[in-house]
Amino acid sequence: MLDFIIQQPIIAALVALAGLGIIFGALLGFAAEKFKIEGDPVIEQIDELLPQTQCGQCGFPGCRPYAESIANGDEINKCPPGGQSTINAIANLLDVPAPELDQEHGQEAEVKSVAYIREAECIGCTKCIQACPVDAILGAAKLMHTVIVDECTGCDLCVEPCPVDCIDMLPVEAGIKEWQWPAPPLPNGLIASDKTHNDSNHEDAA
Amino acid sequence: MQEVAVILVSSVLINNYVLVQFLGLCPFMGVSKKLESAIGMSAATTFVLTLTAMVSYVVDRAVLIPLELEYLRTISFIMVIAAVVQFTKMFIEKTSPLLYRVLGVFLPLITTNCAVLGVALQNAAKPLSFAHASLYGFGAGAGFSLVLILFSAMRERLAAADIPQPFEGAAIAMITAGLMSLAFMGFGGLV
Repeated sequence: MLDFIIQQPIIAALVALAGLGIIFGALLGFAAEKFKIEGDPVIEQIDELLPQTQCGQCGFPGCRPYAESIANGDEINKCPPGGQSTINAIANLLDVPAPELDQEHGQEAEVKSVAYIREAECIGCTKCIQACPVDAILGAAKLMHTVIVDECTGCDLCVEPCPVDCIDMLPVEAGIKEWQWPAPPLPNGLIASDKTHNDSNHEDAA
Repeated sequence: MQEVAVILVSSVLINNYVLVQFLGLCPFMGVSKKLESAIGMSAATTFVLTLTAMVSYVVDRAVLIPLELEYLRTISFIMVIAAVVQFTKMFIEKTSPLLYRVLGVFLPLITTNCAVLGVALQNAAKPLSFAHASLYGFGAGAGFSLVLILFSAMRERLAAADIPQPFEGAAIAMITAGLMSLAFMGFGGLV
């Protein structure tokens, strides 16, 4: 058999190449099964960076749908609760330039706040409970409601539906745990002389 | 032991595939803009080069030479390379999706990296043992990684440097690559 194949160079070539092709094809098929990917892992990583307020200010029903949309090429600057720091983190992850926050979707809150229900005024309508995306409001129909502070993400969505306007957004007091050293001032260049050097060059060019 | 050192020095420095033999210039220019992606590309290419050197050696000695089909080397080695690259692509996509995104089109393009085919063909032309052939492939990959990482580090600095306008962008990159090539030619008399 082998002798016959060697004596027929064309058949030998065909057998060799076809055999190699079949072996590599089988190996690749096996590898494809072994290294199968479930879902897009980048979505998970983007989702972790988003603030998980589930507020819907980006126009998507929650943080995960927005993460999926970003992975498919959507703008990364639609998340006001996350603010510039989230945009920078996502830009860093995806290796793209970081844009400014899109004002159309809202403004970045200066300080973190939580909802507070003035319980004496609450009529127990449950409308705020339905509006809350993270289920942080506790209460039942015709009974007083209250906010679980640790669960509240400060997304403002419960303020609008309240018929008696008894919900306030209160800033969270910065305690000793939240306090951080102020950031160092941004440098103008690598060293001080860089800046003046570049400036004089631009004048030369002009 | 001495042979190992000689093979490594000769494939990394003296016969450097990029700067001395001018093979694989496409990823050398294409993926060298950022150090991070250059490191990823280096790792992927080294992996592919080593694996290709091994597999193509086996294919050459076990199939092509017994059947007297040496004239089919190019096409069968390209098949080997395509399969190995496809495997690497699946592996990276699974283990590091970010690197997969950063490398983008350059990952499947390793297939057309002529350094990979060059290593396989040169190995076939020399009477090497299996271990030496794989070592040669690894050395070629290490040499590629060395120059790609050095070059991308320089390009990152060049991006921030004050370059005369006519030389900005690709021009200064070509000049830098040329100077690096001159430097590597200097290793010529080492062994």
